[in-house]
Amino acid sequence: MNGSWYGLLRDGVWGNNVVLVQLLAMCPTMALTSTATNGLGMGLATTAVLAVSNSLVASIRHWVSPDVRIPVFVVLIATLVTLVDLGLNAWLHDLYKVLGLFIALIVVNCAILGRAEAFASKSPVGASFVDGFATGLGFTFALTLIGGVREILGSGTLFSGARLLLGPAFARLELIVIPDYKGFLLMVLPPGGFLVLGFLLAGKRILEGWRQRRDAALTTSVPGLPKAGAA
Amino acid sequence: MKRFFQRDGVAYQASLLGVVALVASAALALAAHHTRAPIAAAEARDLEASLSQVLPTDFSDNALATDTLLLTDADGAPVKVYRARKGGQVRGVIYQVTGKGYAGPIAIVMGVDRDGTILGVRVTKHSETPGLGDKVDAAKSDWVLGFSGKSLAEPQPARWAVKKDGGEFDQFTGATITPRAVVKAVKQGLTFFASHRAELVDDGPLTTRSAAR
Repeated sequence: MNGSWYGLLRDGVWGNNVVLVQLLAMCPTMALTSTATNGLGMGLATTAVLAVSNSLVASIRHWVSPDVRIPVFVVLIATLVTLVDLGLNAWLHDLYKVLGLFIALIVVNCAILGRAEAFASKSPVGASFVDGFATGLGFTFALTLIGGVREILGSGTLFSGARLLLGPAFARLELIVIPDYKGFLLMVLPPGGFLVLGFLLAGKRILEGWRQRRDAALTTSVPGLPKAGAA
Repeated sequence: MKRFFQRDGVAYQASLLGVVALVASAALALAAHHTRAPIAAAEARDLEASLSQVLPTDFSDNALATDTLLLTDADGAPVKVYRARKGGQVRGVIYQVTGKGYAGPIAIVMGVDRDGTILGVRVTKHSETPGLGDKVDAAKSDWVLGFSGKSLAEPQPARWAVKKDGGEFDQFTGATITPRAVVKAVKQGLTFFASHRAELVDDGPLTTRSAAR
């Protein structure tokens, strides 16, 4: 069982990454990656909702008939997001001031319904939780990466505003990468998101092509060994 | 008839949707009920914090958010004025003005003392271009702090403009519309103060809402 959970984790974060491979959830990806901190905040909030929504969908999967599953899942996810929104606003208000903008956007994240539909509606609760968590981590990773690149190129800083999101202890995360940087507006504006994502996708393809060639070389030299890096 | 009640039958599906909607509504209603008070309290704290940031420290000793006055501006729009008092005497007032920015309205909170001198100005909400117009935000640049100590007499009314228009205030490279809008809105705010000064600095009783408190 642990082996397959590791597979789920690896798939969610890398092999089947929701942004870098499936190209889902483009709306929050483009809107919220102007800084690494924003990307991280949106990623973490989405991870929490994904893990819970996947578990819930999996736990009621036997009662939901296939014909009406989509409205049931949509209501479930929307309710969950609204509950998180209300709860954060009431009890973690300082965090809400930073994340509040993102929370409502989680509803429109097609990755959540996508995972509910593609995985959680057919899988046990534990595996669905892990899948949601892993997909969320992959989303967080991709968003923070895109945000980091855009922030460095666009404003010359990294993780600015992290102390608002994570608390004063994380003030040292906030770096000025390029001092006295004039800024590169294109990167901060929406086109920068598409540009950075395009280059990252190309980079990932190159990296995987390189790994596949290496694995192919390994399998031909040691016959009978299963292919490792095929994802 | 038997199929009707099975998992792919209409009755089952309708009741399933009904139950899901009911459970979701109940959860939301419960959550809304339990979070209403904490959210209102948190928003009141936010309001207080955003009001006190345009005042010098230890300027007032009253509850700013509840000591209000409702006036109308030159255009007939209502303006909610928050009064800053120390020992019962009104030392200054805080109110919001709106500028017409490049990408929509710019919400500005300004504090003015009894003599019509600006105590502080902050842009609280805007949708100006990141990296260009958003320098009016105190988090991005010190520009907006330059209003403190200014009044309608200093600089002269004609100098209440950005440098490009022959005025006193800096514009930003690549963004003139935004600072121009803020300067204009703040100047209008001062004109509003001048025409309502008597009512604004009157040490009269608290508003009914705060008196009941």
